[in-house]
Amino acid sequence: MSWRALHLWYQRKVLPGFGLTLGITVAYLGLVVLIPLSATFLRASGLGWDGIVRALTSPRVVASFELSFSISLYAALINAFLGTIVGWVLIRYDFPGRRIVDAIVDLPFALPTAVAGIALTAIYSANGLIGQPFATLTGLKVAYTPLGILIALIFVGLPFVVRTVQPVLEDLEVEYEEAAASLGASRWQTIRRVVFPQIVPAILTGFALAFARAVGEYGSVVFISGNMPMKTEIVPLLIITKLEQYDYAGATAIAALMLVISFVLLFGINALQRWSHHVRVAT
Amino acid sequence: MSSAVISPIPKAHPTVRDPWLFRIGLITVASAFLLLFVVIPVWTVFREALAKGVGTYFAAFQDSAGRSAIGLTLLVAAIAVPCNLIFGLYASWAIAKFQFPGKSLLVTFIDLPFAVSPVVSGLIYVLLFGSRGWFGPLLSSWNVQIIFAVPGIVLATIFVTCPFVARELIPIMQAQGSEEEQAALSLGASGWQTFWRVTLPKAKWGLLYGVILCNARSMGEFGAVSVVSGHIRGLTNTIPLHVEILYNEYNFVAAFAMASLLTLLALLTLVIKSFLEWRMRAAPITAELPSFG
Repeated sequence: MSWRALHLWYQRKVLPGFGLTLGITVAYLGLVVLIPLSATFLRASGLGWDGIVRALTSPRVVASFELSFSISLYAALINAFLGTIVGWVLIRYDFPGRRIVDAIVDLPFALPTAVAGIALTAIYSANGLIGQPFATLTGLKVAYTPLGILIALIFVGLPFVVRTVQPVLEDLEVEYEEAAASLGASRWQTIRRVVFPQIVPAILTGFALAFARAVGEYGSVVFISGNMPMKTEIVPLLIITKLEQYDYAGATAIAALMLVISFVLLFGINALQRWSHHVRVAT
Repeated sequence: MSSAVISPIPKAHPTVRDPWLFRIGLITVASAFLLLFVVIPVWTVFREALAKGVGTYFAAFQDSAGRSAIGLTLLVAAIAVPCNLIFGLYASWAIAKFQFPGKSLLVTFIDLPFAVSPVVSGLIYVLLFGSRGWFGPLLSSWNVQIIFAVPGIVLATIFVTCPFVARELIPIMQAQGSEEEQAALSLGASGWQTFWRVTLPKAKWGLLYGVILCNARSMGEFGAVSVVSGHIRGLTNTIPLHVEILYNEYNFVAAFAMASLLTLLALLTLVIKSFLEWRMRAAPITAELPSFG
């Protein structure tokens, strides 16, 4: 037991309210979060193994999982790349409007998803501000295609990588870079060999957060995706469709799988954050 | 998510300055990315809302279904935010001030709603309280309706927003330690007095920060609320759901007018957030733990 743990242990005798606050916390969390979530698993287990497998292997379900996970992966990759650049620019370069740029990075967190959905659809539809010139240039439609889903998922995941990379970049000791430069490394070598290894855990954390968010995203996607079964139907939409058709078994099976994936991602992200912290402390 | 802290850039040694062209290139890429994905969408909301003039814009708010959507959104936030505020205060006191087995698991459980898809967040309540849910028959025998009614919307919103306040407060209260609380207690203050007069004032900016983020999300939540609402006009439509209905009816001006309210809320939230970040930075949190030699 570390000193810190021992110290907090000792405090239990000094500070009041341990039983009350922990009791209320656990009760509230249990009622609002844990009981409803475990009820879903119990419902799913009521379907039996065969029932779950049958519900999850229908072609429409498989197609929606493939679509959701592949496009979420692309969106998170694009966010990892561009988000790192945004973080770097905000921490390292001085330019007019830097503070405003920093503030607007959070907008996708603050803007309701339905609003983002209709705005992006208006921009990328066939006669939209960007959709029209893009179609004349490339012959590709954006709205109501997987490309539109990609745009919406990039939007919702945009802040994650920026916000995980920023504090790490800010804490980097410039001395290491100066040392590398004085030993004859080019600027590019320094960035690749000295800076990059230190920010990789943060980039991965941001990537995983953006991916986790994208996989479950609903509001910003439904407007722009066109929602065609087998083609542009994402998993969360399929859950709603099943519910509306009173296919509770199908909806529950998909939801249970999505929950398992969420848990795995959450624990993975926690592990990444610990690693990120470890790298920061070690360097 | 974690707050961005933007500080002045220290003067770098010439050897670690990126080449001029490289800098301009990266600034251009970053600005273009944000322009395309953030600025243009926000500008589009207002452009579409005002497409047929200011008169049509304001006429969109005269509609009774629109007004009841605004009313319901305010009501839901007025219930969900205080609930999660109180939860956040209790949870952060228990977690930041004490050591107990299973603490990190508890913190992970608090994070859970952020990891769950909004649609699944709504579905879990349908499976519990819907007409075919576990408690469905019992509720209908009591004549109580939760799903496709206001209580379901409130429950789903509480679920989705429950981590916000706790997540902001826990690290702040952990960093502040407990010496001042112990001093207050040893001078004869009661536990509540210590909390109200010592702990809360120290954490007030972080608390406010969590509350405004919680509020923005509860007013803007779409997926979870969509599953439990039933979309009954004038009864169970919040602003985001009303936006969807208007949009699907090709009533674009009204849809974007309603959406502009939520966009203004988002912009206001960001302004307050920046102010709070500046305040929290102005009053830095000191000393994590007393040294044990």
